[in-house]
Amino acid sequence: MRELSLHILDVLQNAREAGSRLVRLTIEEDIAGDRLIIDVSDDGRGMAEEDMKRAADPFFTTRKTRHVGLGLPLFAAAAERCNGGLRIERAPGQGVRIVATFQHGHLDRPPLGDMTRTLLSFLMGEPLCDLVYTHRRNGKIFELDTRLVRQELGEIPLSHPQVREWLGSYISEGEETLTHPGEHSSMIPSGPGRVEHAETQEP
Amino acid sequence: MPKLKSLEDLKKLRDQARQDIRVRLDTGTRITVGMGTCGIAAGARETMHAILEELKKREIEAHVTTVGCIGMCSYEPLVDIEQAGSSRITYGNVKPDRVPRLIEEHLINGRVVQEWVVGRLERESA
Repeated sequence: MRELSLHILDVLQNAREAGSRLVRLTIEEDIAGDRLIIDVSDDGRGMAEEDMKRAADPFFTTRKTRHVGLGLPLFAAAAERCNGGLRIERAPGQGVRIVATFQHGHLDRPPLGDMTRTLLSFLMGEPLCDLVYTHRRNGKIFELDTRLVRQELGEIPLSHPQVREWLGSYISEGEETLTHPGEHSSMIPSGPGRVEHAETQEP
Repeated sequence: MPKLKSLEDLKKLRDQARQDIRVRLDTGTRITVGMGTCGIAAGARETMHAILEELKKREIEAHVTTVGCIGMCSYEPLVDIEQAGSSRITYGNVKPDRVPRLIEEHLINGRVVQEWVVGRLERESA
């Protein structure tokens, strides 16, 4: 996979298939420290301890349809090529947490790629799974909490064509504010990501 | 098209959307894109994006969703189109450049693009 955002989509889809209701995705780009961290926690059914150890092995899968599972091994290989690695652990409570680290400036590091397409593809999927997305880059931050979006929408689904469009432009504009150094770095005013700070202070 | 940014916009949008939601849910077209590891690696995310763009361009309203691996990995990207009253058709190798013709033939002209079909589920007789 040529973009990290494709690996991220794959991990998000795994979380959905594990029955998660809420996934937290954090991307941390520390350019001065030359680190990129992708951290995904879900609240799905989780994995047995020994399965967690084997999940990065391409010849391990819990699926019955065939004998290989390539998603996590590919992601792990990409991280290892870039002086990083992939860690699979139990998420707080239940579920799985996957943390991939990369040397940010490594020549072999795939670009992050199109996060808007990744998040939209995930959010259009079924069954519904909420997402708390945080992308930090050199002190700037973009956040999206779909629970807040859904609160506003009432019974209108995220997949409604107009909502789809709203989400697409909200995410792409938010992502853009992170990469344009000249522009104001704060979050989009009154957007659905704002409450996230209060949220993370929960015990 | 004005950009929609804030929660205020979302509220306005909700009020608009509420009016036509029932019609859509009852009579809709449903497009499903395979988004397992195999699909993603074969370009399914870009196919999904192309579908959304094409629907927008042609002002077609359809429900677009994703599904995990269904076991036909070598035919990815897989796209499934289901319309009320018609057979459910699964198309294989739907790269983004196939999307405009697929939408035009299947959704607008109502003709199945036979050479891309990899699966078909006949309409259940009620």
